[in-house]
Amino acid sequence: MNIVIKKKRAFKGLYLPENKITAKKPIEMLPVPDKVVIPLQQNIGAPCEFIVERGDTVKTGQKIADSQNYVSAPIHASISGKVTRIIKVVNPVTSTMMDSVIIESDGEDSWIELKKLFDIKKPNDFSGLKKIIDSIDGKEIIKKIREAGIVGLGGATFPTHVKLNPPQDKKIDTLILNGCECEPFITSDHRVMLEHGREVLMGLYIISKVLLLPKNIYIAIEENKEDAIIHLGKLVEEMGLGSIFKIIELESRYPMGAEKTLIRTITGRTVPMGGLPMDVGVIMNNIATSKSVYEAVIEGRPMIDRIVTVTGAIENPKNLLVRLGTTIDRLIDNCGKTENGVNYLIIGGPMMGISIVNTDFPVTKGMNCLLVRKSRVPFEQNCINCGRCVNICPMKLMPLAYVRYVKKGDFEVCREYYIENCIECGCCSYVCPANIPIVGYIKTGKNQLLKVVD
Amino acid sequence: MENDKFLISHAPHIWGGFSTGKTMFVVVFALLFPTVAAIYFFGYYAIYIILISTATAVLSEFVIKKLRKKRFIMDGSAIVTGLLLALTLPPRIPLWMVVVGAFFSIAIVKEAFGGLGYNIFNPALAGRAFLSVCFPKEMTSWIIPPHFNYDAITGATPLSDSFTYHADKFSLYKDLFFGNRGGSLGETSVMLILIGAAILLLLRIIDWKIPVLYIGVVALGSFLMGKDVLFQVMAGGLMIGAFFMATDYVTSPVTWKGRIIFAVGLGILTILLRNFSNMPEGVCFSILIMNAFVPLIDKYVRIKPFGFVRKKKNA
Repeated sequence: MNIVIKKKRAFKGLYLPENKITAKKPIEMLPVPDKVVIPLQQNIGAPCEFIVERGDTVKTGQKIADSQNYVSAPIHASISGKVTRIIKVVNPVTSTMMDSVIIESDGEDSWIELKKLFDIKKPNDFSGLKKIIDSIDGKEIIKKIREAGIVGLGGATFPTHVKLNPPQDKKIDTLILNGCECEPFITSDHRVMLEHGREVLMGLYIISKVLLLPKNIYIAIEENKEDAIIHLGKLVEEMGLGSIFKIIELESRYPMGAEKTLIRTITGRTVPMGGLPMDVGVIMNNIATSKSVYEAVIEGRPMIDRIVTVTGAIENPKNLLVRLGTTIDRLIDNCGKTENGVNYLIIGGPMMGISIVNTDFPVTKGMNCLLVRKSRVPFEQNCINCGRCVNICPMKLMPLAYVRYVKKGDFEVCREYYIENCIECGCCSYVCPANIPIVGYIKTGKNQLLKVVD
Repeated sequence: MENDKFLISHAPHIWGGFSTGKTMFVVVFALLFPTVAAIYFFGYYAIYIILISTATAVLSEFVIKKLRKKRFIMDGSAIVTGLLLALTLPPRIPLWMVVVGAFFSIAIVKEAFGGLGYNIFNPALAGRAFLSVCFPKEMTSWIIPPHFNYDAITGATPLSDSFTYHADKFSLYKDLFFGNRGGSLGETSVMLILIGAAILLLLRIIDWKIPVLYIGVVALGSFLMGKDVLFQVMAGGLMIGAFFMATDYVTSPVTWKGRIIFAVGLGILTILLRNFSNMPEGVCFSILIMNAFVPLIDKYVRIKPFGFVRKKKNA
């Protein structure tokens, strides 16, 4: 049977210049920093609370913060050393202050004891690995995932243990591993697929076991990552998973990797407004999440590092394996000089990323890319009612209405135009001839509505 | 790192770059085809009208932006307005009237409402309507194409009652298609208008729904009323109006549903005005009337979002 399914045109979207300049650069490890800044809010949901105090010594991988709340994931020390200070750091997403802890390294990087059940480097003993996985209870796996602090690494940072534990009445029949990475520039998931394909696939196997083996298990990859499709296809065959895993080759079109559009493209199902993928029987996970799940369950390794693409107007763009909490200036220093006239520093891709003011900000769990950019400052003109935003919107909204009503301050009217449905993909701003930052207005509108409700 | 502070702006941080200015210049390029026809058929006087109209439009916009202390952006919209206005004028209109019309289009119809994007009516058409109300005689004195001969014979446009010109239908259609007939400067040559329109359609500047439905409804209506369909479609300003004026972004609806309503309304109005009013032509006023409905259409005609679920009443 054929593992790779070729097809699936997107139903809407943009063809963007890809600029994936780091696609052929192997992952490099950034040297362990002598200081990390770890914010307590690294997931959607409740922030954590410290369980260490100032002056404590911690080991790499030791849990330093946790929460009683269900929708929350614990946070671990990413280096060994001493907790020296507790400070506040600006959260660039919400512009609020969040508590953070500073750990200064003792230079040893001594780990907590890890109970490794299997060594993935061992050649071709996948049946043994599968036996190990099959012997672990589903509840136990979810507990391990929670304890390792794993969140959705595609950017949304939704705690994975919550996602993998859907309510009893939702029947999950489809599991999708999202390897689209449709944003320009970013290549971190692409490199993970190429270099850690086994971990990714075994992670997917673990997830599918937790979900009691859904009928359809898809690995969705855009066609611009041909090498990853071939590599994973070979691995699936090698590991004897060809009967349950299918790889789907998709058109490279933004925003293919957005949850709702991807589900629509693959399964033809439409996630209802305000609903979750599980409402239509689908659970979706990111490539890097899957790798972390494997590491957590089989190697007992908590989430303390991630792969970040450092790219853009920089001398030596790279894919780096970075300890969480490393400040951004280290990443930039490691990749050489930035070009003259660099004026933007963006966390995430160019379409949905967030620009930050300075390089003091630490790497957090949801950060997949650091983009250094030299670009023109947008100049907003009048809306000319052309309707391009309406035509391009993958959520079939009317973005120009949000601009009009947010300017007026009529936030309630925005709700009549279903502003909550916006996924902030940025297609509307991209095509806008008047260069209006439509997504900016939408975010303002959403925030104002939340405040009104509160 | 030499600079420590970076700029903050909203995502996305890249832009397609297909700006208003570029759009307008493509429209100007497409309009050059009917302009060529105007000059070819109506002689060098047409060049005066076109240049004066465009220059007045751009200058008025510049002066008014300065008076309002706003930044003047050369986005080409004033050029489009001036050019479109010129193409809707009769071939021997006194030049000072052109100045009045172009100034009215920009100053009153566009800038008084707040500039590009805020005007309710298509500036060029409103300027033409203003002129035809103020100077009815000059605005309805037509000539047969003189081919660079200034002393042209006055003649009727095809749609007026006194039009008798052709012996057989085929040569009538031929003249209508290539443009050898009386009429406003730019409306005569269907062929060159279609070439310009094809450019706009291929570059996706305009939505095909509005012109196709508009012309289609006019054709259907003419057929039902027992008129000569091909003649009705090609005569008068329907072609240039449907492709270049009804599709104006600012004064047409944004959603596909709204555009369908708009186009069908245009077609019905044009049929009514052509057949039941004392004017020979109805395109200009049908577009202006439907322009007035656009804010209403945009307010009430919405599209269903992705994954739409009807809200329960008690929820």
